[in-house]
Parts: sequence; structure tokens; C-alpha cells
Amino acid sequence: MTGTTLVAARERALAVLGGDPDDATLRRYLHGIPGVDAVGLEQRAAGLGTRSIKTSSKAWALDRIISLIDLTTLEGADTPGKVRSLVAKAQTPDPADPGAPRVAAVCVYGDMVSTAVEALGAAHGDPDDGAISVAAVATAFPSGRASLDIKLADTAEAVAAGADEIDMVIDRGAFLAGRYGLVFDQIAAVKAACRRADGTSASLKVILETGELVTYDNVRRASWLSILAGGDFIKTSTGKVQPAATLPVTLLMLEVVRDWHRLTGHKVGVKPAGGIRTSKDAIKYLVTVAETVGEEWLVPHLFRFGASSLLNDVLLQRQKLASGHYSGADYVTID
Amino acid sequence: MSRLTVPKTYKLFIGGAFPRSESGRTYEVTSASGGFLANAAKASRKDARDAVVAARGAVAGWAGATAYNRGQVLYRIAELLEGRRAQFVAEIEEAEGVSRAAAGAQVDEAIDRWVWYAGWADKFAQVAGNANPVAGPYFNLSVPEPTGVVAIVAPQDSSLLGLVSAVAPALVAGNAVVVVASERFPLSAISLAEVLATSDVPKGVVNVLTGSPAEIAPWLASHADVNALDLVGAGALDWIELEIAAADTLKRVHRPEQGADAAAPTLERIVGFTETKTVWHTKSLR
Repeated sequence: MTGTTLVAARERALAVLGGDPDDATLRRYLHGIPGVDAVGLEQRAAGLGTRSIKTSSKAWALDRIISLIDLTTLEGADTPGKVRSLVAKAQTPDPADPGAPRVAAVCVYGDMVSTAVEALGAAHGDPDDGAISVAAVATAFPSGRASLDIKLADTAEAVAAGADEIDMVIDRGAFLAGRYGLVFDQIAAVKAACRRADGTSASLKVILETGELVTYDNVRRASWLSILAGGDFIKTSTGKVQPAATLPVTLLMLEVVRDWHRLTGHKVGVKPAGGIRTSKDAIKYLVTVAETVGEEWLVPHLFRFGASSLLNDVLLQRQKLASGHYSGADYVTID
Repeated sequence: MSRLTVPKTYKLFIGGAFPRSESGRTYEVTSASGGFLANAAKASRKDARDAVVAARGAVAGWAGATAYNRGQVLYRIAELLEGRRAQFVAEIEEAEGVSRAAAGAQVDEAIDRWVWYAGWADKFAQVAGNANPVAGPYFNLSVPEPTGVVAIVAPQDSSLLGLVSAVAPALVAGNAVVVVASERFPLSAISLAEVLATSDVPKGVVNVLTGSPAEIAPWLASHADVNALDLVGAGALDWIELEIAAADTLKRVHRPEQGADAAAPTLERIVGFTETKTVWHTKSLR
């Protein structure tokens, strides 16, 4: 998977903003966006969570959830062995059922990218073609508190090691201080660092860390800012801060993506991450995507789940559908 | 002016909480003479699934508690039952249509069994375990360990005593329990759950479902996360099918018992829901 080009992204941003993306212009634009009706948003999200899903739809949804998962391990204790077992699970989620789809990507720290690429071997590639890509978190994940040079070096190293997707964190401190131009420039610079030697570019996911942005208004502004700066995906959270992904926040980000698509015809992806542990929750997200931006967004290059324990729950539900009786944790791997 | 009665809503007991059935269903519980007593929740397979999840989450803590501590917790249940004796006697009298004396005798017997089983908590391992003689310079020790989640179909012809006789022994070793109460006499089971909720038993260690055992038991028997199945009260069901379903996932199964001395207190009821762990250890490290 390759990201959009930097030049095209900048031209789009200039056209929408009507000026250079400095603090003043961005402030005028972002603060001109109408505020979020918080009660309405939460009510809408709650409503989307109550849809009745019949058995045949559920079977489809479970398989689709698996093919949209970024199987993640982001621990200080990650070892090469842990990454290799993660890759093995990504390729064959349920050893008892070869028909289970593969996940979209594995998501690891930058220094584990080469291990993941090596372990994937021939299975490494574009998830839209049924292969598995490698995503790396970069830019001083999860806090984002480092100088720009370090963030760019972090990114370039992961791309050089073979990462297809970069999950960057925005500088929440700068965003909350109103330094929108700085955040914009950093995202654009990281986007530039995603370029490979052959001219293609790794896809860029921009993590907003919505749990630290406090208000829905901020989430909406950060979403617009990230998309304007050239992010290919906007992602809710690192998973290291509570609250992480919630349905209302994801709905809000999907609405921004929908509005951006209407405005420019350009499609941006959304990735809720952190705290989605059950199939039931994940299905609510599928419903929300389908009802907000449309079913065509339910493909790996436009929607992902950042998750680790979700996969096991989905596998248990698949086993239940196949066998007719409830399964248990002894029948899936220990992560 | 007469005062309006305030009838109690009998709900399920899952994970330390008292939810209504996920299905929203209830059924009428009648007294021995056919009069209306209460509406009880009619548990569905999804309630059973939730109960197993709650029980699984509670196993590690309960099995990990010291045997002495488990004994103390179980003994305290008996203490609290004693305090609520009048309530249970009245409930049993009404539901089973027996005399006050007979109901009182049933409650006393139930309390005595809690005490009897509580006493075994820090003693049964000495009796059921063993130091095995081996031909080498090793200690070889066998110790009973809890099997995990035990699903129980409680005796159907008893309000309190049958339930206690089935649940208490499974708890002694450190198992967590999902019990389907008597379909005809479910009210004492929920009152017992109120006792458990206010005693020191951790959440999820005991989960009580009311409703139709014929409907719920097959789901528990085939559930891959249930380790053992006590069919003591399943004599009227197609229990052979339940045993076959349980065999698919290698569960321990206790077969139905009938008659007055069904589920009588024995050490075997405790040991039946344990696995034997055998360890080798060198005798000398010189």
C-alpha cells in the first residue's frame, strides 16, 4: 500500500484553506468549523450500537473484522520471538480452520520491523491483495515528546527497514497550545520521511490520541488538521492512554472523513485503536462505518482496527458459529 | 387503610450482580397449593454464557486463595444463613407446602452441611493427596487441585438443601460454579445468592441461574470453557445426551442421583471436581 503524494496533499490543503498553512490561517479555518453536538453525537453512536445483527451477517462481519485488524504488540518487553509468533498468528489466525482470513497488518515498534518483515517472507505485501503489511509506530511513540529530527530519523529508519505503514503521533502539547502550524508542518515532514528510495511512499496513519484532546471539538479540529497535512489515515489512540477508542469519537472522525470526501473527492482511512476487545464492540464499529461513510470504506486501505486481544474473541465467535457450541480460551493462542 | 404489599423481584445472580435475564423472560413460580408466589427470571443460553465468563474470571482468585481462607469464607456463609433462618423457613414452607418444622429441619440441615464442607477446605488435600513411594532418591507428591469451572444442575425436588449439597462441595476445592437452580423451587436459590453476595465470596465464584434446566443444561454441557458437569439434579432430563456433549470437551461428569439421600455429604463430592497434580522433587541437593 502506498500513500498519496506529498505535492497533491499540499495542493489540496492550500485550495481548502485558501492560504499558507501557518498558525493564523489554520486557526481561522479550524475554529470556523461548527462545534460538535456532544449529546447528539453520543446518542447517535449509542443508536448505531443497538442494531440487531443476524447470524449470516454476523458470519460475514467476523471474517471482515479479522481482515481489517492491525494485529498489534507494543510492549517494552517485545522480543523477536514475540514478534515472530505474532506474525505466525497473523498468517494463520485459527490453525483449526484454514479458511479463517488473514489480518491486514502487524503493528510493531520501529526496531522490530525487520524481524516482522523477515518472518512474513512471501506473505508480506498489500492487504488489499490478501497479503499482510507491516506497520510501525514512529515519532517517539507514544508520547511524541522528542525533537523533529529524532521523529524523522525514527520514521525514515522504519521505512528503510521495510515498513509499509507508519503510525505517527501528533504533538498534543503543541495542538492544545494552539500551535496548529507546527503540528501541520510536523505531519507534513513525517509524510515526506515516509518516501522510499524508489519514489513510492509508506502510508501514514496519524494518531490523534483523542483521550488527551479532552473535547469533541478538539478531536474534530485535529482530524481536519491531520487530513489537511496529508495523513492517509486518522487513528484514534495509541492504546497507552485511557480513554482510548470510543464509538462516539470514531463516529466523529468518520464524519470528518465523509465531509472531506465530499469536499475534495479524496478518501482518507480511519483506525480506531485501543480498548476494542470483543466481537460485539467491533461489529458496532462496522455498522458505524457502513452508515456514516458507506460500505466501500470497509476495506483494509480505508478502515482498520488496532487491536491485540480482539482477534481471539473473534476467533471464539467464529468457532461458536461453526460448531454450534460455545468455545473457550483454551482453544485459541495465549498472546 | 391497608398497606400495599411490596413483592420481591427475583433475578439471576451472575458475576456478583443481580441482572434480569438477557432474554427479558420470566416465569411464574407457584406455591404447593397452586397460588402465585413470584415471577422468577427465565435464564437463556446467553445468560449461561455470561455466567461461565464470570465464573472463569473468578477461578484464579478463588483457587489461589489459601485453603484456610476458603474454609473461613465458606463458614461465614453458614453464619449468615443462620441469621436469615426465618426467611428461608417461610420461603420453603410456602413453596414446598411442608410443615414449619420440616422446613426448619431442611434449613438446619443445609447450614450444617455448609459447616461440614467448610471444615474440609483445609483438610481434604491431606486425605486425598499422597506421598507416593518411588524407587529413587525423590519425593513424589500427589495433590488435588480444582478443575476450574463446574456447571451444576441442582436437585429439582428441593429448595435449599439440594442446592447447598451440590454447590458447597464444588467450592471447597477452589472451583467456580454455575448452578441451574430447581425449576419448581427457584426462590430460595436467589435468596441464597443474596446471602452469598453479602458474604466474603468473591464475585463470580457462584453464579445462579433460574429457569428451565432442559433449555440451559445442553449449552453448559457443550460449553468448551466449562471443566466439569454435575448432573445431580438432571435425572428427569435426557442426561445421556448431556454426558455425550460433555465428553466432546473432556469434562468430568457426575451422574444424576435420585432419592432422599441424593447429594449426601461425602468427601467424594469434593474430590470429584479436582485434578491430581503429581510432582517430583529430589531428596537431597548436596
